[in-house]
Amino acid sequence: MHRTKLFDHVILMMGVFFMVGPLLVALMTSSHEAAEIHRNGLQILPGGHFIDTYTTVLTKQGGFTGKITGLRMMMNSLILGVGFAAGKIILSMLAAYALVYFRFRFATITFWMIFTTLLLPLEVRILPSYEVMNTLHLTNTYTGLIVPLLASATGTFYFRQFFKSIPDELLEAARIDGAGPFKFFIDVIVPLSKTMIAAIFIIMFVYGWNQYLWPTLMTTDESFFTLVRGIKQILLVWVGSNIPDYNEAFALAILAMLPPVMIVMIFQRWFIKGLTESDK
Amino acid sequence: MAAINITNVSKIYAGGVEAVKSVSIDIADGEFIVLVGPSGCGKSTLLRMVAGLEAISKGTVEIGDRVINDIEPAERDIAMVFQNYALYPHMTVYNNLAYGLKNRGTPKAEIDARVAEAARMLEIEQYLTRKPRALSGGQRQRVAMGRAIVRKPAAFLFDEPLSNLDAKLRVSMRGEIKQLQKRLGTTSLYVTHDQLEAMTLADRLVVLNGGQIEQIGRPLDVYHTPASTFVASFIGSPAMNLLRGTREGNQLHFGSQVLDLGRPAAFPGQITVGIRAEDLRIATTGEQALTMKVDYIEELGAQRLVHGTVDGKKLTASLSPEIEIAETLALSIAPERLHFFDADTGKRLAQPFAPSESRRVERLEIAGV
Repeated sequence: MHRTKLFDHVILMMGVFFMVGPLLVALMTSSHEAAEIHRNGLQILPGGHFIDTYTTVLTKQGGFTGKITGLRMMMNSLILGVGFAAGKIILSMLAAYALVYFRFRFATITFWMIFTTLLLPLEVRILPSYEVMNTLHLTNTYTGLIVPLLASATGTFYFRQFFKSIPDELLEAARIDGAGPFKFFIDVIVPLSKTMIAAIFIIMFVYGWNQYLWPTLMTTDESFFTLVRGIKQILLVWVGSNIPDYNEAFALAILAMLPPVMIVMIFQRWFIKGLTESDK
Repeated sequence: MAAINITNVSKIYAGGVEAVKSVSIDIADGEFIVLVGPSGCGKSTLLRMVAGLEAISKGTVEIGDRVINDIEPAERDIAMVFQNYALYPHMTVYNNLAYGLKNRGTPKAEIDARVAEAARMLEIEQYLTRKPRALSGGQRQRVAMGRAIVRKPAAFLFDEPLSNLDAKLRVSMRGEIKQLQKRLGTTSLYVTHDQLEAMTLADRLVVLNGGQIEQIGRPLDVYHTPASTFVASFIGSPAMNLLRGTREGNQLHFGSQVLDLGRPAAFPGQITVGIRAEDLRIATTGEQALTMKVDYIEELGAQRLVHGTVDGKKLTASLSPEIEIAETLALSIAPERLHFFDADTGKRLAQPFAPSESRRVERLEIAGV
């Protein structure tokens, strides 16, 4: 076995430093007062206003209309993240199931058409999508926020590859056991895909959570603001001699990071399984 | 339990490849039929057509007087055992066994009873709460058979069920399958490429080659009277020796070596002669014999396989280990033990000798010239 040497530890420690350092600075800075940050810049020592700042951020009614709180934004972000993840998983599993297990004309072409959209970022179709939602009067609704982004080429691709690795005999055994397409999907495919679902859930949740441009475009009503937008909003108060609430911005950033971290930590066991091994 | 009638069944794949060519087999109720042949001979395709996993291109399959060509696999009243077991990995052994019954809406109490019965029969009772991945290969195969048994189907279909097991386990499982089938009396169709499995399991075996039936018969009949050179070389281990010969009068010529038949032969000039390795024996002193140049010897313990050449053609003899092996051996064979095949078609010649010939030649000498 390889004996770890000092040098190996140095590399690891440098990795930790570069990864965790900025987060630590953000956390520490958020516990200082805004004016102090404005004067002295970023802080690496705790400042003693930790609880004040976070209580303010979570409960203070702010924003232009003065109605939106940090908690509300957090909830919006959660709705968006979970909605995205769950919706994408359901949709892409069904699509992949159809592509892999049903023989229909142009299945391969269809798949490649879906696959090529992987290459297109959301921004390419953002205006048409907005126009559609606007015509349907779905702006400023959760439906409008979530539904247009649900079709997922990435998810469909992953699930397709995974389904292809499930041995055909399983399908044949199920057919002889009298399981129809729906039963086979629910009783065999879904339980077998558990680890894959966990992996996709993490990826898609973080993707949804971090959305900025789309929510900005879709919602003008502040009660739909997400955390990521909230951070930006705080820094937009350069009016007169006002000092932006740097501490609150940092606190929001830290808060915005927590749920994805928790999701990853909860699901990581399945996540790694899902990405590396296929349950035989 | 039911008879299975396969009538003129063909499988033609898109692109025109004919994997199974007009095969007909009538399987009696309770019979154990083994389909045997080399890979690519269409045996699995045939089985899968009976199972309903492949569409039948031509012909009909009847199970118990019901044409099942267009019936879903689940409705065909069959159960299948797969080579790689195909157990549901996320279900416990109990659920694996019960799944088919649940889908049929069998009452819970009956499911419990049937699973318990099958588990007892296969001695897998203590594993019922385990997942398949916690079982060994042999145990998994038992569970796969259990899944077939609980259904109480009209027929069992086995698709090379023992191929994934190690040699020792294969032998014991072979015995168990045979006993189980006898006890349950369920009509069975079993696919294998292993001629030993075919010989030991079958009531009748069906030898397939290139999508066509070469021969159907009881194992010993097939062994003793192979219908063609293909069957002769496929069934039996070591494979039957096949030598090209020429008839001149009542003599057979293998190159420079001559064999006197001693009676009027009724076959054409060119002939393929089949000799089982165990029918060859060392010629006694003074007896005329075929001289074989020994190349190498395989020791099997109970017997010894001597590989060599007779006039440049390969020959294998199965001899007792007590016999001293020299560099050349003189071998003789009882005349009635010879098999004659058409040199061109490879078909067995039913009557190699003129029918009027009644005199029985005790021993035929194969003489080196």
